[in-house]
Amino acid sequence: MSQQDFAAALLDPDLPAPAGLAAWNGSDPAQRFRVYRNNVIVSLIDALADTFEVTLELVGEEFFRAIARLYAYACPPQSRLMAFYGAGFPDFIESFPPAAGLPYLADVARLEYRRIVAYHAADVPGVGAEAVAAALADEATLPTLGMTLHPSLSVVVSTSAVVSLWAAHQGILDLSTVAPDAPETALILRHGLNVEVLQIPAAVGAFLCELQAGASLGRAAAEAMSIDTDFNLVSILGLLLQKSAITALNPTRSPT
Amino acid sequence: MTTASHFLPKEAGISTLRAGAVPARSGLGLKPGHFRTILVTRPDLGFFEIHAENYMVDGGPFHHYLTQIRRDYALSIHGVGLSIGGEGPLDEEHLDRLASLISRYEPQSFSEHLAWSSHGDIFLNDLLPAPYNPATLQRVCDHIDRVHERLDRRMLLENPATYVEFAASTLAETDFISEVVKRTGCGLLLDVNNVYVSCNNHGRDPQAFIEALPLAAAAQIHLAGFADDVDAAGAPLLIDSHGAPIAQAVWDLYRYTLERTGPLPTLIERDNDIPAFPVLLAEAQQAEKRLQTCRVEVAA
Repeated sequence: MSQQDFAAALLDPDLPAPAGLAAWNGSDPAQRFRVYRNNVIVSLIDALADTFEVTLELVGEEFFRAIARLYAYACPPQSRLMAFYGAGFPDFIESFPPAAGLPYLADVARLEYRRIVAYHAADVPGVGAEAVAAALADEATLPTLGMTLHPSLSVVVSTSAVVSLWAAHQGILDLSTVAPDAPETALILRHGLNVEVLQIPAAVGAFLCELQAGASLGRAAAEAMSIDTDFNLVSILGLLLQKSAITALNPTRSPT
Repeated sequence: MTTASHFLPKEAGISTLRAGAVPARSGLGLKPGHFRTILVTRPDLGFFEIHAENYMVDGGPFHHYLTQIRRDYALSIHGVGLSIGGEGPLDEEHLDRLASLISRYEPQSFSEHLAWSSHGDIFLNDLLPAPYNPATLQRVCDHIDRVHERLDRRMLLENPATYVEFAASTLAETDFISEVVKRTGCGLLLDVNNVYVSCNNHGRDPQAFIEALPLAAAAQIHLAGFADDVDAAGAPLLIDSHGAPIAQAVWDLYRYTLERTGPLPTLIERDNDIPAFPVLLAEAQQAEKRLQTCRVEVAA
């Protein structure tokens, strides 16, 4: 037996058990090999079920485990760090024809995965309001001023009501009041020990994505203004400061 | 990484007690759902054990709570992903991550499994069996030598729970483990539940199996619950599920083991269907009682 054969048979239920297995009582070792096959696939499905709890609730246990099984066989883990298993699961859901009737499902899964990433992201202290105010007041550096955001921070832009759907499954919101096809943008970040999920205007989402991509404050704000002329820079900076989400102020190459 | 100055110099050999030993008391696996309960109630336990891979994350609550808990408790770091029985070389990046984690938390013990869990690029997330023959022996010893060299400390090797045997095996599991211990100087993490499960699954006598292990190298014990299945002949096939209370037969085998080893740090493992903390604490207290009895008997 090579481990190649053993591993291949674990990940393909249609393959026979590997050659060279034995059982003390002469029973068919293929039956015993099924324990390993089952352990592997169930542990992978369980890992996905832990990460994608709301996705599971939205489709039910049976449907979820069926799609998780297909994903696990198609994309087994390539890392020993199981906490981050399932990065490709939202895309897999999106391309899975039986889930086509639930257009919000993949984005809810994306939000859930980002929550896991945020939960385990590095601990980096935020800069204070005084430092931000001073940087904004400095006319020499302002045109190229950029901001590093907390490593836990991410934005999910969706054509569905991802935040409301997620919140309804936390008992924060009544599911019957949620219109699933209302576009929402989610801000995910960890503040202290708590991962927070906030609904933000699309323009704010664009602003944050620009900053994360290395744009200057001015350029990010201009991008946001092009989406929504009511974009309020002071208000979003206030939110970021409140959440300790600005971790560095730095010059960028992009002018205002 | 800045671990080099932290470890004893090479000529001092492999350090067993660099950060002191895990006390010969009972301990529990550390579960995120129990972090706060532990900090608030400060349960009387000998140590906590973590799965190394769960803490190989950059930051957040896991490190926050483990740092606090580590201040008051001894720690055992138990790896599940090193794939010591793997055909390929050890993953050096994973060893680096282990070294970093060990440097950060200075655990009293580091252990891994006599099993493989990855192949090529794929991590299989299970502890898989290998034939017991000279080729596997050489590989396992080479891998443990490398772990000792990289981590500069002695590791404990855990005996596996297995469901199949191999036509290619030429050595008994106990002889295989004894030889690994002899050649590498590693310690034995004696999983009593695994002994019970494997002996049932392969028609062996658990007590004779315990006797044949290198007990002088035993440095820690694991206890856990199993699940029942049957093989193709209808014979009972026990599954190491870590999802149930410890069976009476395993408690009995534990006592039998302690009579031969003397008191050893004993971990109650529970990774599935995790009950409320007091339920696990009660199991740990049950193990603690056996350890007390054992201490009295050793003293007498």
